[in-house]
Amino acid sequence: MKGIKFVLVGILFGIIMSKSEAISWYRIQEMFRFQSFHMFGIIGVAVVLGAIGTALIKKYNLKDIGGEPIKFAPKEAGWKRYLYGGTIFGLGWAMTGACPGPMFVSLGYGYWMFALAILTATLGTFVYGLVKDKLPH
Amino acid sequence: MIEFISQPWPWYFSGMAIAVVMFLLVFFGKNFGFSSNFRHFCAACGGAKYSKFFDYDWRAYAWSILFLVGTVAGGWISGTFLTSDAGVQISEATINDLGKLGILAPSGLQPDEVFGLNKVLTMPVLVLVVLGGFLVGFGTRWAGGCTSGHAISGLSNLQLPSLIAVIGFFIGGLITTHLLLPLIF
Repeated sequence: MKGIKFVLVGILFGIIMSKSEAISWYRIQEMFRFQSFHMFGIIGVAVVLGAIGTALIKKYNLKDIGGEPIKFAPKEAGWKRYLYGGTIFGLGWAMTGACPGPMFVSLGYGYWMFALAILTATLGTFVYGLVKDKLPH
Repeated sequence: MIEFISQPWPWYFSGMAIAVVMFLLVFFGKNFGFSSNFRHFCAACGGAKYSKFFDYDWRAYAWSILFLVGTVAGGWISGTFLTSDAGVQISEATINDLGKLGILAPSGLQPDEVFGLNKVLTMPVLVLVVLGGFLVGFGTRWAGGCTSGHAISGLSNLQLPSLIAVIGFFIGGLITTHLLLPLIF
């Protein structure tokens, strides 16, 4: 079972996100009102450590467990898709109080209403797939 | 021990732990990004019939769906074995602001006013959950990532596109929070 390690990391992620209250609608409201350091602290620490680790992996050309060199695919250049798409996501993030990961954590936690949000998010991605060639990227 | 880990975790510990999750996935030869799963769902359900965007071998991303299954299980473990009785300890200012919208101070992780099953057919819930979910699915795919893919993985790799995306996240979030929520409630 090579896949079990991904389930285990997912379990770790789910527990972290719920125990740090990062899945909470209240915490996202607090963040978008700049009334607490909590969410900024979580994301900030993750990014600072992430940047240090990413730089070290590149500097020492570290390999993954399969022996392949670790590569970080650069995002394609441009700004339109990031600004427009990002803004649309932000509108939804402050409504559901959940980005994609926390929707699934909250569902597991027992908040069944997130099944509805997951369904409509999947529909949103589907509609994006239908109209993507007409959108600026 | 269980009592100790059942308390809400401090931000610095969670920030470190999220970085650990990202690097575990990186060392497994994958990457940390959650929103692609919605695309995999569409591809797995025969979306290729409707758009080339869903015409790829989604089975190559089974690892991502296994990670997703783990997050649901992790949420279940927290909600079943690691719950604390207290509501989320948000700031007094936020409690006051939300009170003006008719949302009471937290008694759990999520507001019953938005996620209570008895509220499913009320207008605010339909907008916040149904429309909000749709915008998350549409916007993340247009932007090519969500909080994990852009804000954490992308910024860690010093990617300018991810910084632009995160600025977009906040433009949208601020519009909803300060302009739309007062209209919705």
